[in-house]
Amino acid sequence: MFQLNKKLYFASISMIVLGLLSLVIGFMSDAHSTWTNLLFNNYFFLGISLFAVVFVAIQYVAEAGWSTVFKRVPEAMMAFLPYAGIIMLFIVIAAVMHWNHIYHWLEPGIMDPNEPNYDKIIAGKEPYLNAPFFLIRSIVYVIIWIYCARKLRQLSIKGDLEGDIGERSFFKGLRVSGWFLVFFAVTSCMASWDWIMSIDTHWFSTLFGWYIFSEWATIGFTTILLIALFLQKTGHLPDLNDSHIHDLGKFIFAFSIVWTYMWFSQFMLIWYANIPEEVTYFMQRIEQSNYSFLFWFSMVINFVVPLIMLMSRDAKRNKTILVIVSTIILIGHWINSYLLFAPGTLFEHGHLGLLEVGVFLGFIGLFIQIVSRTLSKTSVVIKSHPYLDESKNLHT
Amino acid sequence: MNNNIVYALYDDDDILLNSVKKMKEKNLNVKEVYTPFPVHGLDKVLELKETRMAITAFIYGCVGLIFGSVLIYYIMISGEYKSWPMNIGGKPNFTFFKNLPSFVPVLFELTVMFAGHLMALTYFYRCKLFPGSQETSPDPRTTDDKFLVEIEHENFKEVEKFLKTTGAIEIKKKDDK
Repeated sequence: MFQLNKKLYFASISMIVLGLLSLVIGFMSDAHSTWTNLLFNNYFFLGISLFAVVFVAIQYVAEAGWSTVFKRVPEAMMAFLPYAGIIMLFIVIAAVMHWNHIYHWLEPGIMDPNEPNYDKIIAGKEPYLNAPFFLIRSIVYVIIWIYCARKLRQLSIKGDLEGDIGERSFFKGLRVSGWFLVFFAVTSCMASWDWIMSIDTHWFSTLFGWYIFSEWATIGFTTILLIALFLQKTGHLPDLNDSHIHDLGKFIFAFSIVWTYMWFSQFMLIWYANIPEEVTYFMQRIEQSNYSFLFWFSMVINFVVPLIMLMSRDAKRNKTILVIVSTIILIGHWINSYLLFAPGTLFEHGHLGLLEVGVFLGFIGLFIQIVSRTLSKTSVVIKSHPYLDESKNLHT
Repeated sequence: MNNNIVYALYDDDDILLNSVKKMKEKNLNVKEVYTPFPVHGLDKVLELKETRMAITAFIYGCVGLIFGSVLIYYIMISGEYKSWPMNIGGKPNFTFFKNLPSFVPVLFELTVMFAGHLMALTYFYRCKLFPGSQETSPDPRTTDDKFLVEIEHENFKEVEKFLKTTGAIEIKKKDDK
């Protein structure tokens, strides 16, 4: 049975306290930037926990065997999804109730031709971007995601109790995963339009959903790897061998490149076409001095660091290198997710400061607490699964 | 010493892998294994040296990147006395760096093309494959669904007896011509 050691337990608790403190200070001093702060940090961890569900579902649907020995790790990460989902819904409800002003298109009167702040372009988007539909969509995404995550988790635990190879629960899980993946493919795109892209209401990008998904995949795989390495070090995953770690390293390497590919495809077409309504998005990020450094910096460390450091086979099997690169990537993507939100809500006033780091630490603390609590509920080692033997004997 | 060679034919890759392991344990001299597809783990059992293809791929990629940069610099930026300056979409085309985003697809494609093609050529060179080259496999069935192990032996009877226990479906001496 996994038990969080005392040091880490108190560290995570104090991180949560720090995060709450940052939120309180933030709301008292500058409520508007604190909403953005909460939103982008929550988005980051929503992505990690949601990708864990996607990972488990893909392993089911592909009937992939290699990942079975560390299956409990993404399953534990899934447990954070309800928390991130509820905070997300809280922000959405707050936006609809006008407690915050993150979404510009929710301002009253903006779609009314008789009002002074009437915006013709935004009014044209009313069939999709209106408060009731926005609220309903958000609730539907979050509820169905959480439902599928819980279902997959239950079936996995059931499979362990089933004995033998746990075949019946496996095929049930396969069916749930199939439906979930179809639903996710559509809703991950729509969620990224609703929650992120609609901040810059005039601007749109057709590959935004995949761009967000590639980011989720990168940070998701990174977190799975870090937790798996931690559990291996504490001796809870005796069957995890270098080949599993190598495969996870490959995924981190590959998805870092996919992310860059998406980033660049979006950037280059807009840069080349140079149409005013499109370039404003990048002008805000490149020309404004408070974002331009972060913009290039996050792009470089999210691409160049994994490309160079994880290219060779030996590096993907070296735990020290993997931990260093994973940490750098997580920080890089955290900065990048800040840049998804802040320039559209805070304009020239936004800066990545201590309060943002404080809330980030708070989320890390909460994440550690939830994940470790879920890990300690069942045995970390899978007992019966159709692909358990294959996974134990993985060698590449 | 051709008459010292014996061929053992197998029809399953798992059986093949296990028998090669046993042969290595018995210190038989396994000269070569012919398979219709790459058998996972066989390279480790045969104690083959790790391939250096990855290193060549990296070098070829770098060559492609440099070639692409020089090519695009010559075509789009410098030219012969700037004889044919091109204005595409009103973009600055006098500096390489400022115009870099539009060159990235070209550089990327050339990197991939150089790495891919030169790796294929290197592979052909290392395997001595060229138009008109003769096949080296002693049995054409290894290109279909059979696996063949080439073993050097001292006592045919003894080796044959051992190979039969490993699950070989066919054992024969190399004909001396």
